[in-house]
Amino acid sequence: MLKLPVSKMDELFSLINSERTLYMPLEKNSEICFDKWSSDASIRLDKLNTVKSPKDFFFPASENIAAFKTKGKEIIMDDIRSEIEPFALFGVRACDAESFNLLDLIFLNDKDFVDTFYESRRQNGIIITTACNEPEETCFCNVFNIDAANPGGDISTWIIDDTLYWNSLTKKGSGLTEKIKKMFEQADESEIADHQAKISGVINKLPFKDLSLDGFTGEALIEKFSSNQWEEICHTCLSCGTCTFICPTCHCYDIQDFDTGKEIHRIKCWDSCMYYDFTLMAHGNPRTSLLERFRQRYMHKLVYFPENNDGAYACVGCGRCVQKCPISMNIVKVAKALKYEGMK
Amino acid sequence: MNNKEALIPKLGIITDIRDETPDVKTFSVTALNGGVVFPHMPGQCAMLSIPGVGEAMFSICSSPTNKEFMEYSIKKAGVLTDWLHLAEIGQQITVRGPYGNAFPVEDDLKGKDILFIAGGIGLAPLRSVINYVRDHRENYGEVDIVYGARSADDLVFRKEIENEWDSKNGVKVHLTIDREQEGWDGNVGFVPGFVKSLKFTPDRTTLVCGPPIMIKFVLKTLEEMGFDSTKIYTTMELRMKCGIGKCGRCNIGSKYVCKDGPVFRCDDLAKLPDEY
Amino acid sequence: MQRVEGEIKQKAHELLKSGVVSSVLAWKKGDLVYDAAPAFFKSPNALEDMVYNGFCCSNLSKYLIEKDSENEKVLVFLKPCDTYSLNQLLSNHRVIKDKIYAVGIGCDGKIDIEKLRAKGVKGILEIEEDGESLKIQTLYGDETCVRRDILLEKCLNCKGKDHMVYDELIGSELSEETALGDKFSQVDELEKMSSDDRFEFWRCELSKCIRCNACRNVCPSCTCRKCVFDNPHSGVNAKVNVTDFEENMFHIIRAFHVAGRCSDCGECTRVCPQGIPLQLLNRKFIKDINNFYGDFQAGETVESRSPLFDYNFEDIEPNVISKGRGIN
Repeated sequence: MLKLPVSKMDELFSLINSERTLYMPLEKNSEICFDKWSSDASIRLDKLNTVKSPKDFFFPASENIAAFKTKGKEIIMDDIRSEIEPFALFGVRACDAESFNLLDLIFLNDKDFVDTFYESRRQNGIIITTACNEPEETCFCNVFNIDAANPGGDISTWIIDDTLYWNSLTKKGSGLTEKIKKMFEQADESEIADHQAKISGVINKLPFKDLSLDGFTGEALIEKFSSNQWEEICHTCLSCGTCTFICPTCHCYDIQDFDTGKEIHRIKCWDSCMYYDFTLMAHGNPRTSLLERFRQRYMHKLVYFPENNDGAYACVGCGRCVQKCPISMNIVKVAKALKYEGMK
Repeated sequence: MNNKEALIPKLGIITDIRDETPDVKTFSVTALNGGVVFPHMPGQCAMLSIPGVGEAMFSICSSPTNKEFMEYSIKKAGVLTDWLHLAEIGQQITVRGPYGNAFPVEDDLKGKDILFIAGGIGLAPLRSVINYVRDHRENYGEVDIVYGARSADDLVFRKEIENEWDSKNGVKVHLTIDREQEGWDGNVGFVPGFVKSLKFTPDRTTLVCGPPIMIKFVLKTLEEMGFDSTKIYTTMELRMKCGIGKCGRCNIGSKYVCKDGPVFRCDDLAKLPDEY
Repeated sequence: MQRVEGEIKQKAHELLKSGVVSSVLAWKKGDLVYDAAPAFFKSPNALEDMVYNGFCCSNLSKYLIEKDSENEKVLVFLKPCDTYSLNQLLSNHRVIKDKIYAVGIGCDGKIDIEKLRAKGVKGILEIEEDGESLKIQTLYGDETCVRRDILLEKCLNCKGKDHMVYDELIGSELSEETALGDKFSQVDELEKMSSDDRFEFWRCELSKCIRCNACRNVCPSCTCRKCVFDNPHSGVNAKVNVTDFEENMFHIIRAFHVAGRCSDCGECTRVCPQGIPLQLLNRKFIKDINNFYGDFQAGETVESRSPLFDYNFEDIEPNVISKGRGIN
């Protein structure tokens, strides 16, 4: 483990930025989100979760995957794939870092069908996490065995009073550390122990820390699916895509063609299962009702995803949906409402 | 199969267009320099597109034994299919695939007596299997094909059925149409009832494809006739975008039709939520 | 407002039990102190979770549209500003009055939890409303806050204590007007900007949009059965954010479409996860309509016709607007 006075962080950022483009939570136009660092940027590492999760660094909201020109009956296809430049994300929270591991299950794990666009971004990105000094009341990452006091990624950091502690976890992380280590001095893990214990103490007081997902398994699929709770909990859902788009683990996408006037771009873009046209076909729609669409989102996260991925839920407990849903519906309420279905 | 660039299509060219019915055409497609765009197994699908118009999943209805070209029988139903119906020979299209699983022609179906049951355009995915079976006739037992459509004009592959399939190599075809029609001397009535009247023995391995409502009634009939659901296969169709089980929309429960399907064994399908 | 909560619960109980209504549309308390979610209550027992406090921000009017097709009567509780939306829906024939039992309830302004968070208050566990001040208990110690400082944007432009439509009133005498000066002051500021600066302002704001459609779906004036933005063949189905232009167009088209029907309920701003001040677009239209056709408040009465749906000889001609009144 290494350490550095907080007063030298700007120098550190500048050094990292000379190695690879550095992104971190910045305040710009009264919005705090991950953005390109510069020496005069307004850094907001105090902000726990940015509204938009940093998933779009790997799975962009929209991405051009192919370009076509047509000439009579002929189609000319252009390879528009561009090289991804090496980059680093600083200040990623433990929950968001874990969300990338879940996205890997979708986009990388199936060796027959690796998403190479995602893959090249993953390969070129280094994730530097920061422990959460002050978890919010909406946090429940502990439910998914994520430790806000001990975040993952390629490198973990802790900002404790005037000191930044730095610990490489992966080969990629050590590679970067090697290049910048002249800035640091050695530290001992015992130096952060008290701080970690303090964070764990807060986590122990969080309102949703005891949320139980027992019984949300593939075996209970039909019972959960057929629950009469759905109607009650979905009733005032606005069918908007807020939860989907701010969720770090939502990964459904659409592929659409966009005519720029000069050529046709084929675009892979985020989609939401809450939208009516998500499953609309020329001859009908298997999910015409709000209930069916609402149910799909939560069944996917709590039952289908774990069934297909060795029990991993498609949620990291970041609490964004708890904070941002216009009608205060969220995965915690759904999990509680459905708890006893399938356990009878 | 290693298809790392699954979302990036290849180019193909339409080399022949045949009218099957007033709203179904069969398109022959080859790679730009001839031959199939990629090899496939019976039941698998491909994503076809006209850039700027749309991209959609279609069943490959030619047999893998045909190495010269691929065929797609396409019903006019939406923007892309309307466009394709106006296309001419020589039109280039984009093709990616093959996607999904296939009918178990090399394992579960081998050596078995097979019953094919199809309705309307649902014969298209089965045609690939039927021709595969016909081309490897020695590997399979008796073959019966029950096929129905709204009217005689809506029967697809009519010439092929009459000239190539029926009464050759021990393949029997049983046709039916929904309503009486002048010039039709075959059976009249819906597919499920027709299947019942033909009194097939329940030891058959059965492949069913057609409109969802027909599939539901056929499965009920087969159950009544004592067929074992572990020997009945069907194919599903839902909206698809990626074809590789990632874009998240074609799922029935935790199964993705594009990846885990489109072919489902009926006992497996029965375990999934009824949302298709 | 504690008293109002008790009374409205009692009213709900009474009307459900007597069968006058078959469901109640109100707010339901959640695990977190500020969680007051819109909810339908169908049995007297369920009313236990009903709540009315400073966090009942949602304008429930829009949920009445779906009730249109159901053959049952619903009891709805509306704050003064919410009644403008109901009136607007009634005048557009999107809601049938006979199917609604509307109870107007008192309001002293609603709290924007995001404003509290923006003040750096973290880990909120309890909030006690004590007159003009709030006592907040957090994971990191106790805080106090002046209520007025964290009121919702829409409350700062409060339309007043009066309900525009109701069958009955509960606690309306407890209402307090919370408006702070001229509701067009921000619009005035934008108008004073150079067009380049104004363009830049909106570019910055609208580029934050994630196209979640929450503003549209919550809007009581957005009542089309099928929205043009949901039609893939409309040419403006902009799920694909190819350029910023598309994001910008979505909000501008939407503002145009609700012009004359928007009652300035401010729900769009409230629900925007990105904090875009969307109601400013609508308010610009309201200001222009006032300038061109005389003061008009959508939803004030059921009978009034929006100036944009009406015509009279004095109406300003579009081609003289640039030289005429109002526009700089």
